[in-house]
Amino acid sequence: MALDPSFIGRTYPPTEPYEVGREKIREFATAIGDANPAYTDLETAKALGYPEVIAPPTFPFVITYGAAAQVVNDPELGLDYTRVVHGDQKFSYSRPVHAGDRLTVTVAIDAIKSLAGNDVLTVSGQVHDESGEHVVTSIMTLVARAADQAGE
Amino acid sequence: MTISFDQVEVGTELPAQSFPVTRAALVQYAGASGDFNPIHWNEKFALEVGLPDVIAHGMFTMAEAIRVVTDWVGDPGAVVDYGVRFTKPVPVPNDGVGTVIEVTGKVAALLDDRRVRVDLVVKNGENKVLNMSRAVVQLG
Repeated sequence: MALDPSFIGRTYPPTEPYEVGREKIREFATAIGDANPAYTDLETAKALGYPEVIAPPTFPFVITYGAAAQVVNDPELGLDYTRVVHGDQKFSYSRPVHAGDRLTVTVAIDAIKSLAGNDVLTVSGQVHDESGEHVVTSIMTLVARAADQAGE
Repeated sequence: MTISFDQVEVGTELPAQSFPVTRAALVQYAGASGDFNPIHWNEKFALEVGLPDVIAHGMFTMAEAIRVVTDWVGDPGAVVDYGVRFTKPVPVPNDGVGTVIEVTGKVAALLDDRRVRVDLVVKNGENKVLNMSRAVVQLG
């Protein structure tokens, strides 16, 4: 069943602040095998002009994906998560995330389309820091495969 | 040291890199990212939903691909925009060896304010696993 297009434009309340820790960044950088010292060494990060160690470019997904659960689990929208795949992902950065950031995410449904029976949902997450400055925008497309294609 | 805008032109190639992916790496990434979807670590589950094997997180592949850019430019915070389309899964066999993600990149356009667009080609074997894989980078 196609998703209701009246949900386009729906915005969810900002999430509680996510506090970015140095060790969380280290853990993430280790998991992707990335030894860039800007992620772990304060002096390197400062030499590049940052106040703290910075996070890898895809790290914000940790925060925005959690926030997007508001959409995925919205009972009114009725998305069948068992059929959802990640179609595409884009980030637009005002600055890198760094340790010590307290970040909130404001999630919105930007688009709902039906393509070949699949529901295609575009969800944005605007990430702001404690002072209200924009840090990064995440835009992801979720594709809920049509029920008759289950298992493909 | 970071790359200068004046050093690059359209077509400048970034050093290519190959990134290994093992089952252990996927478990580690699941923990670090919080994405515990069983298709990334449970072979029985992956096969039941029609996948060829456990597959890598798309976001793991996306994280590896941008390293070609961040290693080249030096400062990972120089990435202004980064987007990909997930087109093919990366199956990861349970043999201790896993598989390899191969990434090449080149400067595709010179933009205003000493920025460049880098287009990436991300492959697993013969398969192009990411499409439209592009980053805009602020150079010095």
